[in-house]
Amino acid sequence: MKRYEPIIGLEIHVELKTLSKMFCGCSADYFGQKPNSLTCPVCLGLPGAVPFTNAQAIQDCIKIGLALNCQIAENSRFERKNYFYPDLPKGYQISQYRWPLCTNGYVDIEDSQNQKIRIRINRVHQEEDTGKLSHLDGITAIDFNRSGVPLVEIVSEPDFREVEQVRIYAKKIQQIFRYLEVSEADMEKGNMRLEANISLREAGESKLPEYRVELKNINSFKFMGDAIEYEIKRQQELLEKGEKITQHTRGWNENKKETFVQREKEEAHDYRYFPDPDLLPLKIEKLEEIRKSLPELPEQILKRLQSMYGLSYYQSQLIVSERFLVDFFEDAVSLGEENKISAVDVANFLINKNVDINKVSPEEVISQITFKKSGIISDTSALREVVKEIIKENPQAVADYKSGKIAVIGVLVGAVMRKTESKADAKIVKELISELLS
Amino acid sequence: MNDLTDLTLTETLEALDNKKISEEELNRAYQQKIDNLNPILNAYLYICQGSSGIPYAVKDVIVTEGIPTTAGSKILEGFIPPYNATVIERLSYHNLRIIGKTNCDEFAMGSSGENSAYGPTKNPWNLNKVPGGSSSGSAVAVSAGLCSFALGTDTGGSIRQPASLCGVVGLKPSYGRVSRYGSIAMASSLDQIGPITKSVADARLILSWIQGEDGYDNNAVSYSNIKSQTKKSDNLSGIKIGVPKEYFGKGLDTGVESAVKKAISKMEELGGQIIDISLPCTEYAIATYYILMPSEVSSNMARFDGIRFGTDRDNFGQETKRRIMIGTYVLSSGYYEDYFIKAAKVRTLIKQDFERAFEKCDVIVGPVSPTTAWNLGAKMADPLAMYLSDAYTVPASLAGIPSISLPCGFSDGLPVGLQILGKYLDEEKILTIAEVYEQSTEWHKMKPTVDMS
Repeated sequence: MKRYEPIIGLEIHVELKTLSKMFCGCSADYFGQKPNSLTCPVCLGLPGAVPFTNAQAIQDCIKIGLALNCQIAENSRFERKNYFYPDLPKGYQISQYRWPLCTNGYVDIEDSQNQKIRIRINRVHQEEDTGKLSHLDGITAIDFNRSGVPLVEIVSEPDFREVEQVRIYAKKIQQIFRYLEVSEADMEKGNMRLEANISLREAGESKLPEYRVELKNINSFKFMGDAIEYEIKRQQELLEKGEKITQHTRGWNENKKETFVQREKEEAHDYRYFPDPDLLPLKIEKLEEIRKSLPELPEQILKRLQSMYGLSYYQSQLIVSERFLVDFFEDAVSLGEENKISAVDVANFLINKNVDINKVSPEEVISQITFKKSGIISDTSALREVVKEIIKENPQAVADYKSGKIAVIGVLVGAVMRKTESKADAKIVKELISELLS
Repeated sequence: MNDLTDLTLTETLEALDNKKISEEELNRAYQQKIDNLNPILNAYLYICQGSSGIPYAVKDVIVTEGIPTTAGSKILEGFIPPYNATVIERLSYHNLRIIGKTNCDEFAMGSSGENSAYGPTKNPWNLNKVPGGSSSGSAVAVSAGLCSFALGTDTGGSIRQPASLCGVVGLKPSYGRVSRYGSIAMASSLDQIGPITKSVADARLILSWIQGEDGYDNNAVSYSNIKSQTKKSDNLSGIKIGVPKEYFGKGLDTGVESAVKKAISKMEELGGQIIDISLPCTEYAIATYYILMPSEVSSNMARFDGIRFGTDRDNFGQETKRRIMIGTYVLSSGYYEDYFIKAAKVRTLIKQDFERAFEKCDVIVGPVSPTTAWNLGAKMADPLAMYLSDAYTVPASLAGIPSISLPCGFSDGLPVGLQILGKYLDEEKILTIAEVYEQSTEWHKMKPTVDMS
């Protein structure tokens, strides 16, 4: 039996969180807003309206390109992608085709077998989002709030050979968007959308297959993974039967857990791309400034956490998963230095205890670690609870204290020490008692 | 004061300043003339009543908030724009009033006004003749005294050619001099809004009001602003005037040729130095234009889908449909390289023609239209003949350079226009030269008498 190898490429669309839309002054923050409340002649495609380029969006697109190791084009321009759809008010989308802003980049990923793979990026280009159709009872409603929201498209080369690689890559790109603070990149909200193209070739073959099947309109990492896996199996069965697969587009039916035909090749559009005459070629200014303004990216932090703090790759990766966690970790480490707590201890504590960093402060984390190591409880909030209990259990001592026999505080401290098996920080206990009884 | 409607904008401003006339009198005079003549001329599609401000007319492809705007098309019948074009906003600071929206070829596509879905506009010099197009109603309204001035749009000659055929002044600014925001796009890389006026001084004044960069049009530039007035000069000494041989060849009507040549002699008399030049790519201009322009048209017309505004697409007229089809074909994969890319290259050559010519001369002069106004209906069955009537105006459009048409005589009782072309963004020079010529002649003072019988 022949062995087949999947050839997978991925397109990622991401909406930028700029203040205004791509070509007009309307707010780009449309989520949850009243339909058609964020519109103007430009994003409604009214007669006479002319686009005006949002410079911030161009900068953000360049940032993404730079983060993905792309070359930034000296000559870039917008083009019109002509097609009809009711959510596309001008009858064309302002996009890029022949002159994308960023080209020839790459992203290195490490798959589950710790194998390093380089995914080449064909292009990163700027375009605008369309409106949104809602199919209601018998009618279709159009909301143009999303029309004209800046959208960046990232097209990979067909360099993936396994579903897992696609998942790791997509997550990594999502992380980069968030570190760059150019997008929320929330799949559920539709800020980030994936499209995969899949074909199979015989193992050992080096040419790309003559067909490719595109998977579109899939709104979660999981469904995309499931759909690709299904598709690999489906195509393999067809090829084994000697059938020829033609180019077409498929969607994912989550209920049936299968892909289905959305559009045949014969229905493929001729988009009649041509340079948008409303917009002169883009002048890329301040490229060096943009380059310098890039924040530290996950990959760089990953390396730094290992070299600077001696964390393992695994630990570093978990901490890098969110920018906020990196900051939290580094704050805790610098606090811990005084108490002779190592960075590795902090990392272990954060990871093993599954600490919810939204609820605790780096200070509290350090005191918890300190207690674990020395046995001394110096966590004020924990001790406060114990002190409250002791106060309740010793009404006579409390009454004496309040009547002026201050020396009685020793009795209460002693009770706390007994309860905590002498692990409490006596100084803090004393302070807490006088505070609670004052 | 004889007829207030004969006053130029500059004269009107002066008369109002000196309290020789009132705004009310002025508006009454124009309104009365519109009542009398518009039913015959069909210059206005919509008339706005009012008694204050100086009344001006707006071509119906320029959107006006709350005032119906049809672009001469059935598809926009009843469409009331929710916003103003940038030029309308800018003019609103000058005590002006929109007196009406003027008839035009549908979406500005045509050279005779006959492509309007609302019937043709008649030439006030001879009601059997076309007024030219596509800014037909604007040129006629100025010529017949139905407004103090008008705004038109010019993509391949749509301001200059009707101005020439109606005996008024028409200025097509450099591409990017005036914001296009609110001008219903025909071919976005060529469209420019400009004034149609009773004098060159008026054209200068209006350009100074509407020019300049705009946060709604990336392609509008800020560059050495036009002065609203100049020191009067009465000669052209030191000015090098280029006369391209390609503008005086086959197809040029002898009556037009003789009027234009006389104008050139006059300019020489005024001290100008006449230099023979060549613009060798002129013969390719029309072919180039009729590839690039329809490409943009086919895309620009796509928004008229009847979903958000307007009526059904069946309501597009013949010429619009023709251009949508040509453009769609030209942009299709497999043809794009052969047609669009090649035409874009020729456009660059045409631009270079002008750049080379302007190394030898300050301005270029020639005819605007190869003929005077022709009979209504004469070219409707022959689109190619219609297209060729733009042979002398299209090159400047493709090159993006400024060009003015001003009256320079008559042939068989019909006006002839002189075209003066300048370097990119050098409107200052063509206006100055046009003013000197105008001051030394009486052509701009000739007014048509409309046959009311």
